[in-house]
Amino acid sequence: MKSSVITFPGSNCDRDMDVALKKFGFKNEMVWHDDNELPKSDLVVLPGGFSYGDYLRCGSMAAKSKIMQSVINFAKSGGLVMGICNGFQILVEAGLVPGVLLRNKYLEFICKNVFVKINNKDNPYFKNSDKDVFEFHIAHNEGNYFCTNDQLKEIEDNNQVAIYYCSNNGKTEETFNPNGSLNNIAGIFNKEKNVLGMMPHPERMIDKSLSGEDGSLFFKNLINNIK
Amino acid sequence: MKISAIITLKKDVLDPQGKVIHQALDGMGFNNVNEVRQGKYFEIDVKENDPKKAKEIVEKMCSKLLANLVIENYKIIEIQ
Repeated sequence: MKSSVITFPGSNCDRDMDVALKKFGFKNEMVWHDDNELPKSDLVVLPGGFSYGDYLRCGSMAAKSKIMQSVINFAKSGGLVMGICNGFQILVEAGLVPGVLLRNKYLEFICKNVFVKINNKDNPYFKNSDKDVFEFHIAHNEGNYFCTNDQLKEIEDNNQVAIYYCSNNGKTEETFNPNGSLNNIAGIFNKEKNVLGMMPHPERMIDKSLSGEDGSLFFKNLINNIK
Repeated sequence: MKISAIITLKKDVLDPQGKVIHQALDGMGFNNVNEVRQGKYFEIDVKENDPKKAKEIVEKMCSKLLANLVIENYKIIEIQ
């Protein structure tokens, strides 16, 4: 299975993602934002970080970079595209998933572990997952998901919410919402469920002694699903 | 030709920065404020002398990059 991780100026989780993908069997290639063509890939990842210094709006400049046309075409043809954190912000700015990510409600940069509950398993990312609740890491200033009422209705009607912030046993209440996200939304799909954007970082949870292994479960499951 | 654009948050969108600025103003003794909303201001010198065309170009810039129309409105406010 081949994957590509796009590096934008200011990306800083690109190498963590590279390590994670390789650890679980992907043959990964790093792709520079200024390239025109994606290499042949089964999965494209937009990593976390601070592309273009978060100028204008987080992800807005990266969404217009050269490689993104190729990423958009790949996504439109059904290819799997996953955006983590700043990658999620880039996906919304590129119009590949609906909504926007606003400044966190209490204006704090949040860096901690959170629990998220899978809402939809009928997709290549979470199909066959034994677990319903994952412990992942978040580190962001703009993760407050927002969309219009019409968009929210469409998202819910199409079952596009991927994960919700929740308690360790899966309760999706406002208390467990770290950043003010609409309805506790932590990640969403496009209509076709081949594009996933989420704020939490599974690539930071792949080592038993350093973090926890819920990220390992996520990546193992992902590669098995697309083999 | 210089064109200015103002980007403002839509009415229903929460503006935590505006709220904090409001609180700070309140703390400084400006007690007569109802609400503060923070926005962005751009001055763009366009290589175009026809005001109508220059305005159209900046409008396109606003809708494609400078503003995110899910949460923001834009207004071309000035032509010099």
